[in-house]
Amino acid sequence: MNDLSQALAAATHLVVSADANLLVIVSRSLQVSFAAVLIAAAIGLPAGAILATTRIPGRQAVVALLNALMGLPPVVVGLLVYLLLSRAGPLGELGLLFTPTAMIIAQAVLITPIVAALSRQVIEDAWREYEEQLRSLGAGTMAAAITLLWDTRFALATVVLAGFGRAAAEVGAVMIVGGNIDGVTRVMTTAIALETSKGDLPLALALGIVLVAIILSVNLLAHWVKLIAQRHYG
Amino acid sequence: MLKNISFKNIYLCLFLLIVMSAQAQDKFITVASTTSTEQSGLFKHLLPMFEKKSGIQVRVVALGTGQALDMARRGDADVVFVHDKDAEEKFLADGFGVRRFEVMYNDFVLVGPKSDAARIAGSKDIIAAYKKLADAKTPFTSRGDKSGTHAAEIRLWKAANVDPQSGKGSWYRETGSGMGPTLNTASAMNAYAFTDRGTWLAFKNRGELVIVVEGDQRLFNQYGVMLVNPAKHAHVKKELGQAFIDWLVSAEGQQTIASYKIGSDQLFFSNAKK
Amino acid sequence: MLPLKLEALGFAAGGREIIKSITCEIHSGTRTVILGPNGAGKSVLMRLCHGLLQPTAGLVTWMQEGAIRRVRRQAMVFQRPVMLRRSAMGNVIYALKLAGIAAEESRLRAEDVLEAVGLANVATRPARVLSGGEQQRLALARAWALGPEVLFLDEPTANLDPNATRDIESIISAIHASGTKIIMTTHSLGQARRLGDEILFLSDGQLVERASVEIFFRQPQSLEAIAFLRGELP
Repeated sequence: MNDLSQALAAATHLVVSADANLLVIVSRSLQVSFAAVLIAAAIGLPAGAILATTRIPGRQAVVALLNALMGLPPVVVGLLVYLLLSRAGPLGELGLLFTPTAMIIAQAVLITPIVAALSRQVIEDAWREYEEQLRSLGAGTMAAAITLLWDTRFALATVVLAGFGRAAAEVGAVMIVGGNIDGVTRVMTTAIALETSKGDLPLALALGIVLVAIILSVNLLAHWVKLIAQRHYG
Repeated sequence: MLKNISFKNIYLCLFLLIVMSAQAQDKFITVASTTSTEQSGLFKHLLPMFEKKSGIQVRVVALGTGQALDMARRGDADVVFVHDKDAEEKFLADGFGVRRFEVMYNDFVLVGPKSDAARIAGSKDIIAAYKKLADAKTPFTSRGDKSGTHAAEIRLWKAANVDPQSGKGSWYRETGSGMGPTLNTASAMNAYAFTDRGTWLAFKNRGELVIVVEGDQRLFNQYGVMLVNPAKHAHVKKELGQAFIDWLVSAEGQQTIASYKIGSDQLFFSNAKK
Repeated sequence: MLPLKLEALGFAAGGREIIKSITCEIHSGTRTVILGPNGAGKSVLMRLCHGLLQPTAGLVTWMQEGAIRRVRRQAMVFQRPVMLRRSAMGNVIYALKLAGIAAEESRLRAEDVLEAVGLANVATRPARVLSGGEQQRLALARAWALGPEVLFLDEPTANLDPNATRDIESIISAIHASGTKIIMTTHSLGQARRLGDEILFLSDGQLVERASVEIFFRQPQSLEAIAFLRGELP
């Protein structure tokens, strides 16, 4: 197809010429999604570990809720964060709307449940194997949770990457709270949406190809590291 | 032991990262504007000149006029730069704006497929063309998003004494999205569409679409700019925002607007009152 | 902390009584082997004694309970050793750290026990890539390092080949020689003879017979034990 070959040529050109605009957009994308995934991991991993190792009442309800939240529509998250951060909203004072920070918050809200729910699954499986041994050694809930986080680190890396992929590929929420401001809050996905709007489909597709390539290479790299590590540590 | 340290480090890095990204650049304003100004490429031409001169970064959030005014009402913008005089005057009357400055105009055009099923190509009478469109029931894509362009389109239907809502579900199709997506839809369906000339000129995915009606005085499209009222929203950057407005209507700003061209076509005609 | 007293000890799960009112005292010094057919409740009884399961009837009491923290003075080695994703040395140090032993002391003790079980040469290797026999030796070292007064062993050689079994048995003897009370279950009558001083014979959740090894194998008293030794019971 003509559009496709044009897009491929445009994508190649963008990358080869290290287009300055593209670099700004890509680095902003990575910066925002990386920060969001850090926050999501900092909250989601311990939450997943604690949910997996404790037997508090209401736990099943929390687990079900988390699983449901994995499917949060980005637009709804964007709207909620928008209303929260808008000058007319409760956190308006901070003046965070239409900043990268707002986008980080929205993406973090979106993917924290994903990281928490998936890591709970991973850690609970490990807990089944480890429980008697750890309790025999006198590990309390906290110590057990930390041990399991460390021992499932390779599987959890995949979980965190899934969160990263979702964050980086998301457009609805960041469009609303970021505003797609050129040079400030324009990321790969909102740039793609904009170029599509302008009818410049080859350029939009070229950006899409770059985005997919980035997500793919991050995942491949992580997969490779994981393989090596797993071979080493068993 | 190693584990504890690395956990602490992670949280520390996280904290720093958030603090760093939260540090806003101090000299900037947020402008709520329309997709037509953004997508036509005008801002890309205009803003670097102003930013170089004033040192003020202009952050444009491009929405439909209706949404842009709503955003300013909530206090999320310092300046609005839109094109729907009635809505702008209501905004002023409600006390959300300080004063409205006319900046420039462009015009709307009616685009449609080359085959021209409604047989209106070349007409200079937009009202007559609208009547024929309704009679022929040829597909028409509307923004349907409360934007300035949408408001202008509605006014013309009214003047032509047609209720397009009656054609909903058959020939009249609201996309509920920006100008670009609406043109993409029109191009894919070979439908007629009402668009501002700037977006049309910058639009690349035209397919079979061409301009069918242009040049009617009633297709005139005025842009206005307003500072959001600091009395309503105390955090509005009054001086910086006003500096931007002052520059837009200054001789230099006006000339910069007039000098923006796509190919040989001038997109916007500056007309600020002296 | 010995003797260990079981008073009318019972355990039921899922509507089935697994342990039925066992009363006995277990003293220090001897190596106690719990024998019995499959499903007799041997593993459950050890878990009740070790504190991994809570009795549903009766009591498990150690001497001076409360004066000493129970878990730290006893350890357990399971049929399938649970190896943490760290080095062999790291596994031992982990257990010592949980027991509140200082880092310096931990390292010295870990080196000692790894030497004693013949794993000094693989101390830095990841525990999960060790062979089955090495892993079980490491599990013993990890328990031994804690210097427990009582060591529970649940079928410690069930999954091992004869060579590895011989290694494990000699380590168990060494641990006993160092002053630790051994309580273990086994399937192997030969192992019971080689390692045991006294036999607790369980059948269908009840303590049917208790005797020294010599007497038990020469002159079993109960019908169940006679049948078991004849090989009629699984």
